[in-house]
Amino acid sequence: MIRDITIGQYYPAESVLHRLDPRTKILCTLLYIISLFLFQEWTGYLIATVFLCTAILLSKVPVTFIFRGVKAIMVLLVITVVFNLFLIPGEPVVRIWKLTITDQGIRTAVFTAFRLIYLIFGSSLMTLTTTPNQLTDGLERLLGPLRVFRVPVSELAMMMSIALRFIPILLEETDKIMKAQTARGADFESGNMIKKAKSLVPLLVPLFVSAFRRAADLAMAMEARCYRGGSGRTKMKPLAYGRRDAFAYLITVAYLLLLIGVMRFTK
Amino acid sequence: MGIIRAKEVGYSYKRLNDQGEVESVRQALNNITLDVAAGDFIAILGHNGSGKSTLAKHFNAILAPNEGTLWVDGKDSRQPENVWDIRRTAGMVFQNPDNQIISGVVEEDVGFGPENMGVPTEEIWRRVEESLRAVGMYKFRRHSPNKLSGGQKQRVAIAGVVAMRPKCIVLDEPTAMLDPTGRKEVLKTVGVLNKKEGMTIILITHYMEEVVSADKVFVMDQGEVVMEGTPREIFSQVERLKSYRLDVPQVTLLAYELRKQGIPLPEGVLTNEELVEALCRVRAAGEKQFTENGESV
Repeated sequence: MIRDITIGQYYPAESVLHRLDPRTKILCTLLYIISLFLFQEWTGYLIATVFLCTAILLSKVPVTFIFRGVKAIMVLLVITVVFNLFLIPGEPVVRIWKLTITDQGIRTAVFTAFRLIYLIFGSSLMTLTTTPNQLTDGLERLLGPLRVFRVPVSELAMMMSIALRFIPILLEETDKIMKAQTARGADFESGNMIKKAKSLVPLLVPLFVSAFRRAADLAMAMEARCYRGGSGRTKMKPLAYGRRDAFAYLITVAYLLLLIGVMRFTK
Repeated sequence: MGIIRAKEVGYSYKRLNDQGEVESVRQALNNITLDVAAGDFIAILGHNGSGKSTLAKHFNAILAPNEGTLWVDGKDSRQPENVWDIRRTAGMVFQNPDNQIISGVVEEDVGFGPENMGVPTEEIWRRVEESLRAVGMYKFRRHSPNKLSGGQKQRVAIAGVVAMRPKCIVLDEPTAMLDPTGRKEVLKTVGVLNKKEGMTIILITHYMEEVVSADKVFVMDQGEVVMEGTPREIFSQVERLKSYRLDVPQVTLLAYELRKQGIPLPEGVLTNEELVEALCRVRAAGEKQFTENGESV
């Protein structure tokens, strides 16, 4: 069961968004996120909604998957809404005990909530349509210029992809160690938070030992296969921009310009 | 001259104490001299701690000898500038399949070696396809290694080495962590690579059954090569193997015990078929004797 855990949340499907270059997706998502902070009016939200919905429809990812991302920020969302609702001064609408809800408060609360949800929708859409490996590749290329400042970009990308490969293995191992210790009377279930946390220590020690051993083995295996750092390597799956990427950039920039234009106009 | 040649090779592990001083020295390899001919299937046998893994790491220049010299394809493994050429010539497959697969997709893992060597993209794809087909894992090329069986993972690891087009593959106990099915799969794959592709295979193992088809066997004990010969020559010396804490294959042992009981069987029987044939001959001879002398054997 624990084997089937997928890291990231890739949803396999055949769509235009899936086929886009990861660099395009990362940069366009970035532009989209910036765009969300440009407006305060409902017209802006309308344009963003149209853009987002089109992207979701194109991606062929079921809407339920996209909604899942919101769960993770539910607490944050509720706190933001509550604070905005009660603390923004303005024309009072409702008065409950000592707290007042103002019209300005409602407005800001609703808009902020939508902004947060749109943010999550947009970034989930990216991770849902891009495999972790592609993301790593994309980041490697995008961060490439940092090599000038001696940032070991390729090595970092390699570390990231190795981490991704080993997470399920280490999970499986955790499961195994837990079972072995439960069989010898260890108790991971009962007790309060502190007790539970303490019971994890004997689990972590063997896990770390084995992780280090694996790391040593892997390093040797990599050297045996001629790995000597990022320089001089070729790519089996090099990233290449296609026509659809140009198109995607074009649409995103057009969306951004439209948004800015509308904001200017309505002011 | 063979593809791998060792002359009086010695290697010792030093244990350091907290101050970085040498606390004790353990001689892992001692005065090893051997010569591996290109295209051969070589097996190296030995119980745990006999130094066979240390020797394997020398073939790939992961370790360099303290004493003596080791040449891989004519290159001295102690020269740092030869290290990468040697690793290209002699690929290595390790014991734990999980700890040597780098990528989350089978085909990308096979492409890792060629990528490191700077092979152009189209050529990488050609090699990946070729080597995955050679080990019979082509239809799994887009799978995650985590979902494969042990034997399949080990075959992927072998493909990863094959894609580097080495002249020689060193397998360090590749079957130790596998179930019998996985072991058979791996051995069959290795056999095919040896016969069809003409690759030199060096198989390090402590399973006797795996060395029966080898061209030559080296037996190691306490860091030294103590026996050398064809499987038949080696396995005919049951008592001596036992003294090195090694078992002979079951058939060989059965034949050996029968011989001890006075049944005229040849020495060094290696396969079930051979034993059956030999026993039939004994019976036929017995019947002949019976008809001649009128008494049973």
